[in-house]
Amino acid sequence: MLKGSEWTLDDLLGIEQMCARHAARYRLDTFPNQLEVISSEQMLDSYVSSGLPVNYGHWSFGKHFLIENANYRSGANSLAYEIVINTDPCIAFLMEDNSLAMQALVIPHACFGHNSFSKGNYLFRQWTQPDAILDYMLFARNYIADCEERYGFERVEQTLDALHALRDQGLDKYKRPSRLDTRKERVEQAKRLAAAQETMRQAEYYSLVPQSAKATKADTIFPANPEENLLYFLEKHAPKLEPWQRELARIVRKIAQYFYPQRQTQVMNEGWATFWHHRLINDMYDAGQIDQGILLECLHSHTNVIRQREYSGLNPYALGFAAWNEIKRVCEKPTDEDREYLPDVAGKDWLETFHDIMQNYRDESFLLQFLTPKLVRDFRLMNIQTREGLDHWTVDHTASPEGFKSIRSQLSAAYRLESAMPEISVMRYAHDTDRKLFLQHQSYSGKMLLKDQADQTLKHLRWLWGFDVSLETVDQNGATLRIY
Amino acid sequence: MTTVIVDRRAQKGKSTANRQRVLKRLDRALKAQVDKLVARHKLQESDRAVEVTIERKDVTEPHFSLDPVSGLTGKIIPGNDQYRVGDKIPHNPAQGRGGGQGAGDGQADEEDSFRFVLSREEYLSLLFDELELPALVKKELLQIDETRFKRGGVVRYGNPGSVCITRTFKASLGRRIAAEAQHEEALVAAEAALVAARESANPARIQAAELALKDLRDTPAEIPFLDPVDLRHRALIEIQTPCTAAVMFCLMDVSSSMDEKRKDLAKRFFTLLYLFLTRKYKKVDLVFIRHTDQAQEVDEDTFFNGTQAGSTKVLSALAKMNEIIDARFPASKYNIFGAQASDGDSFGGDSTESSAYLLSQLLPYARYFVYAEVGERPVQGTTSLWAAYRAIKSDHFNMATVSARSEVYPALAKLFQREN
Repeated sequence: MLKGSEWTLDDLLGIEQMCARHAARYRLDTFPNQLEVISSEQMLDSYVSSGLPVNYGHWSFGKHFLIENANYRSGANSLAYEIVINTDPCIAFLMEDNSLAMQALVIPHACFGHNSFSKGNYLFRQWTQPDAILDYMLFARNYIADCEERYGFERVEQTLDALHALRDQGLDKYKRPSRLDTRKERVEQAKRLAAAQETMRQAEYYSLVPQSAKATKADTIFPANPEENLLYFLEKHAPKLEPWQRELARIVRKIAQYFYPQRQTQVMNEGWATFWHHRLINDMYDAGQIDQGILLECLHSHTNVIRQREYSGLNPYALGFAAWNEIKRVCEKPTDEDREYLPDVAGKDWLETFHDIMQNYRDESFLLQFLTPKLVRDFRLMNIQTREGLDHWTVDHTASPEGFKSIRSQLSAAYRLESAMPEISVMRYAHDTDRKLFLQHQSYSGKMLLKDQADQTLKHLRWLWGFDVSLETVDQNGATLRIY
Repeated sequence: MTTVIVDRRAQKGKSTANRQRVLKRLDRALKAQVDKLVARHKLQESDRAVEVTIERKDVTEPHFSLDPVSGLTGKIIPGNDQYRVGDKIPHNPAQGRGGGQGAGDGQADEEDSFRFVLSREEYLSLLFDELELPALVKKELLQIDETRFKRGGVVRYGNPGSVCITRTFKASLGRRIAAEAQHEEALVAAEAALVAARESANPARIQAAELALKDLRDTPAEIPFLDPVDLRHRALIEIQTPCTAAVMFCLMDVSSSMDEKRKDLAKRFFTLLYLFLTRKYKKVDLVFIRHTDQAQEVDEDTFFNGTQAGSTKVLSALAKMNEIIDARFPASKYNIFGAQASDGDSFGGDSTESSAYLLSQLLPYARYFVYAEVGERPVQGTTSLWAAYRAIKSDHFNMATVSARSEVYPALAKLFQREN
């Protein structure tokens, strides 16, 4: 039986194995675990590269390190107890100054909760390759270091600065990205470079020779459909980028894309991991594997994690944990209300239902489908609204039976990433005239871009494009609201 | 399925490269900070890590983002215990909605600046950058270890990288000559033995002697060209930093003609000399003497920040220095360094008297005395002090004008070269 607060590496391994035995009963399917014990400095390192153990060099990572470090040293922020990303094997970083109880909490959380989620959830399955990402990062780091040597530190830095500014516009939001494959990447890179150069040369050539009537067919709009992935468009069509700059654009967007599923499943994923660490710790206690002291310390931390402050932002751990518990309750002891709102879940086998939901939903659909009226009441949620120019919020709905559906759809919409990130697409590339690029920001509910940020980002974009770039915000009727 | 556990704690400094990148990026902002720190710090503090504050705007990374104030905004708020549908809640100005005026940018909560610690090396590098120190001097000053190494002589053992090829070949040549000579002698002896054996006409003895001779004739090829015993390595010998003490006298004219810019230059001048001395001597005492028409020993704060009205009399400071040497720093126990900063104004016979006093009373005891004339050079001619000091001919004396930060080092260059 484990007790006290000191631990050894063998204890950690022991906890992992105990958890594995309990987890098997719940059919939690996981990648092999790799536990890594790290210091606070290394935790900060992990922060700045979003948990990836390998990353390329850039000053902005250094900046984030300085800021996080300053916050940590001054006591403003405490550090995470663990950090885990979807790799195969699943690497979980555990802080060295966690007590034994904390380790007993974070191992089931990271190594079984998050691990099984990223192995099972459809977004991760379809959009990421956990076995290939580390190789790809290594490839990216070496390639960028190589570029710095070949083309100069300053030019690489400037290119990356500009590309980072467009990182959020480098995502395929609807189209599934191609597989990461480092070996293929290396081989194809050369081919791609040659082909790109050839296309450019031809374009140059055709722009100089008189063109046939067919080729000059006026008003061919390019691209034929608006392109949402700006970085992809730059990589393929920017007239002035050097081949290596196109490769950097590709690397930046590939990495941004890798984290896209994580950003879409925050509530579900954290709730899932919290549910399972809670469960597994209790199982370990029941089996006499940890003593009461450890159990109490774990529960204490657990309660802190799922604390929801009133009148503040929603805590994804709290919301997620409550949502999963509600699903379990509806499976086991459904009320009439539950039968009305969640007929497909009520009375079903809870474990079966859990796996099904974990595998096939993301935050938006999860909340829309499985939020229970009881949860809305327990959290005492309300929906408030304001409009530009008003000096107050108006309460639209409260946790009443009438307000439930509206709050549910609002909450679900709040977790739709597309609504938090501006939707900017390439509308037209005047490739046959002045090579101007026309971008359009689709505005919803009158939301505009922050002027200052947009201007600075456009500066980066114009530098990459090499010619003029215009950006306009249009409303849903297509009327222009603002030009940048 | 196997579980692996790795203890990563020993791997440190992963962020170092990115830290250097961000420092480079922040170069201008950091230099402005260093300026302030130089003005505020005491000389003894110039050799340690410092904390700096950086404005976030110096390192922003823009991206397209939605204006939180614009359009229609909806929010889900937990913990409602008092509001009903249709209630109005005023905007909280602290949360940056500013009464809907569009003042907030959603980042109002974030602090505008962040602080971090520059290591001693990073701080000094920034300081030296402006002083335009030669790379070798910079390296020397950044080095902190007490013992240093110097090439000296040749030794038999060492690592392969330090093999001294010429000496190794010399040794090999000597060994081969010696081995061949020995062989030659043995050959002569063997031949003599064969002759003796033939004379004795004993077939067994003849056969043995012939065999021995044949063996000897075959061996020359076995003298190796290079043998491990030939190897010679260039040696590094440890030089101890002198375990002696030094005292540094800072002399400065504080009359009103010494403005802030001149004082800043003077401070950098003193700092650099101080850093240099701390590399050479275990213990460096500092004495601050300020003077107008009379001299005073003061603490550092008063020295750089206090003001005093009066005319200028350099001699008073030199006399004061002499007095302190006699009282506290006997030349037999201390290496005495003098550093004088002045704008060069001096009246009447003071200049020539000072010059004579310096030459006769101080320079015989001082290891080095350096005079820095700070500020703009006079449009024509020279200042009276400059003219008088120029007459001093001594190895222990140097003078220079310092009108910009980049000229601080040249003023001390001679000292650095001499000592290295």
